[in-house]
Amino acid sequence: MSDADWLALATTLRLSAVTTLVLLVLGTPLAWWLACSKRRWSVAVEAVVALPLVLPPTVLGFYMLVALGPNGPIGGTLESLGLHHLAFTFSGLVLASTLYSLPFMVQPLKDAFAAVGGRMTEVAATLRANPWDRFFSVVVPLSRRGFLTAITLSFAHTVGEFGVVLMVGGNIPGETRVLSIAIYDHAEAMDYASAHVLAGGLLAASFLLLVTVYFLNRRYHVVHA
Amino acid sequence: MSASASGDGIQARFKLAYSDFTLDVDLNLPGRGVTALFGQSGSGKTTLLRLIAGLEQTPDGHLAIKGDIWQAGNTFLPTHCRPLGYVFQEASLFPHLSARGNLEYGMKRCRDPLDRAALEHVVELLGIGRLLERRPHQLSGGERQRVGIARALAVKPSLLLMDEPLAALDLARKAEILPYLEKLHDGLDIPVLYVSHAPDEVARLADHIVVMEAGRAVASGPLTDTLARLDLPIKLGEDAGVVLDAVVAARDEAWHLAHMAFAGGRVWVRDAGLPLGRHARVRILARDVSLARAPVEGTSILNTLPAVVIDSVDDAHPALTLVKLQVGASPLLARLTRRSAHALELAPGQRVYAQIKAVALIG
Repeated sequence: MSDADWLALATTLRLSAVTTLVLLVLGTPLAWWLACSKRRWSVAVEAVVALPLVLPPTVLGFYMLVALGPNGPIGGTLESLGLHHLAFTFSGLVLASTLYSLPFMVQPLKDAFAAVGGRMTEVAATLRANPWDRFFSVVVPLSRRGFLTAITLSFAHTVGEFGVVLMVGGNIPGETRVLSIAIYDHAEAMDYASAHVLAGGLLAASFLLLVTVYFLNRRYHVVHA
Repeated sequence: MSASASGDGIQARFKLAYSDFTLDVDLNLPGRGVTALFGQSGSGKTTLLRLIAGLEQTPDGHLAIKGDIWQAGNTFLPTHCRPLGYVFQEASLFPHLSARGNLEYGMKRCRDPLDRAALEHVVELLGIGRLLERRPHQLSGGERQRVGIARALAVKPSLLLMDEPLAALDLARKAEILPYLEKLHDGLDIPVLYVSHAPDEVARLADHIVVMEAGRAVASGPLTDTLARLDLPIKLGEDAGVVLDAVVAARDEAWHLAHMAFAGGRVWVRDAGLPLGRHARVRILARDVSLARAPVEGTSILNTLPAVVIDSVDDAHPALTLVKLQVGASPLLARLTRRSAHALELAPGQRVYAQIKAVALIG
């Protein structure tokens, strides 16, 4: 692997880690709200969260590019505040990836929260636990499988994104050039040997990650059965 | 309604309307002893319990527990701020904690939990000492429910709410837990609201009963008086009967019988080994009582008591009638055919002899 490829790997891991962290902080309350809400319009919110599952990444990427660019609502606002717009930057990429991987964080968490259900939080309430306490002492520990799945899927999905990165991030080494872009470059340049190394490595790593998660989930399941 | 509106009881007033169910109750309940909320499923008894716990909300309810306002006007104390203990119907232990962890969950969050000695007493009373290190999935249904009861008591509640704690258990497990509940009943000085649809549980445990039907409390009063009301037993069907407080007055060792004295008379029951002077309840079902105008000679029936007819009412089946009697200071119910009642020319005030075929000693 060349230095450029190592740099692309580092950028990919950094992007995935930061995105997963942001998703964990934003996705957890959103998933809790979706699991508990009885309001009709929460269905619409749920649909918006799931949109990235069905939209072509280029569509999302295109809108993000417009929004983050110097004339877009987000980029433009930043510019008017004397800051730089976000198109073709790492921060812009984190923002786009967060949206793109949102369903992979929110859906497993929502399912886990719904399964823990009202009963256990009611029990905790009758034992003097306030709402925050109930969430952290009962809901979170009982939703470990959901958290494990959500974190893994969000991370793996961000590692594997291509279309959104291409549209929003471009191909700036150390900033926005991630592994999937590097593989594309190698293939374009007919350097199949380098492409094989990266593609095969990504395939093996993703497979191992998912096997580990499913193994752990099954073990929890047996213990709690 | 026996309890006055003074500050030492429970005042609960709730109105709730769902599309398919309405609840409308206004109750004054005693501030000590076990009050059974009794009724068919769907009668609103669990909803009432949840309203009292604050797990369900209705805007213009009023709830005061021994003078403390839990809900009134815009005041609504959230569940976690109410000094209550709640035992749920089925297994509700936290699966990620051991039995001990479950007990301590509430104690850690409670300003004034049970002290060590009192906790040990509860643990011993419920027989869960050797189960404390186990996880809920390693416990039987009955053991889980006992841990659940201990967990509710460990926060030293000023009101204990129990939602059919035996309903999810089979007969053997029920028989395993009932004695523990009876011991609790004797040892607790806090009020207990006990939701049940099982007449035998109510007969064993309750001091006071609220009969719920279609979201309304159709009767509320001390157990003995309320069970002997002529308008309610019909709804109890085969379970219609009275429960009397009695004391072991004599024992006949040779025939293995105990003579139980109640206000107004004595009945022989099978000797359960209770010592002289011990208080216990006896239950006499209406279908086990027959009437005669004169004392009957040469019968196998041991218990014959002189009684006075108070009133009678048509039973659910047109062939039957239900007669309320007075034996000394205690009520008694008899279920007869209307033909027999006609032949005996029964009328209020008449003296008869009540022949009692079976008396159950219920702890």
